[in-house]
Amino acid sequence: MPRTANELFITLADPTRRAIYERLARDGEQTVRALTDRAGVSQPAVSKHLAVLKDAGLVRDRRNGRQTHYRAEPKALKPLVNWMSLYGAFWRERFDRLETLLNRMDK
Amino acid sequence: MIMPDAATRSIVIEREMPHPAEKVWRALTESRLIEQWLMKNDFKPLVGHKFNFRSTPMPQWNGITDCEVLIVEPHKKLSYTWAASGDEAAKGWKTVVTWKLTPTKGGVHVRMEQSGFRPEDEGSFKGASYGWQKFVGTLEYVAGELV
Repeated sequence: MPRTANELFITLADPTRRAIYERLARDGEQTVRALTDRAGVSQPAVSKHLAVLKDAGLVRDRRNGRQTHYRAEPKALKPLVNWMSLYGAFWRERFDRLETLLNRMDK
Repeated sequence: MIMPDAATRSIVIEREMPHPAEKVWRALTESRLIEQWLMKNDFKPLVGHKFNFRSTPMPQWNGITDCEVLIVEPHKKLSYTWAASGDEAAKGWKTVVTWKLTPTKGGVHVRMEQSGFRPEDEGSFKGASYGWQKFVGTLEYVAGELV
């Protein structure tokens, strides 16, 4: 399901949750236990963060026996990238105008 | 350059311009010239000077940006705050725009950084309220650099 940049920003605003997401994005698929070992919070807390990330479409899970493996879904970040791009586009357009002005100005 | 992994976010635009730094500095700091490429303003290159950028009012925004000059290093560095004005001021975005000019062989390297975007600021810019969608045409080009 497509998410708005707003939802993604809110989801990733929590530092612990963001750290978990970054770890998955950087290191690939991992179990809840492996994530807990490095997260500095309890396993229920990690599971809760993972549920929020999953709800936002940022991670996917896979059951394998008793273990649940999670991995990042980078495509879910697209609305966020799009928003930043729009704002960047504002400045790019202004840079173009600035150059046009410079070309008109006397040396 | 633009990563979702920081508590606040920045936008950086850099461009090499075949003009002397002194000339670019004028375009960045003379009110009459700023208006021609950015917005109407009452800017003065004095640290502590409070000024506004004014554009067309839109739904949910009075069109005014509140600013204060932070740094003035002639021909080198210019910095000012860039914040929501009016009713939006309390919960609106509070960012800082910093310009850096570095002379090069053929002219000057211009770097603009707008820093301090918080996650919750996104709502302020959403949809039609700011008219950003008219820049959508350049989105593809910009997104190409991000991916």
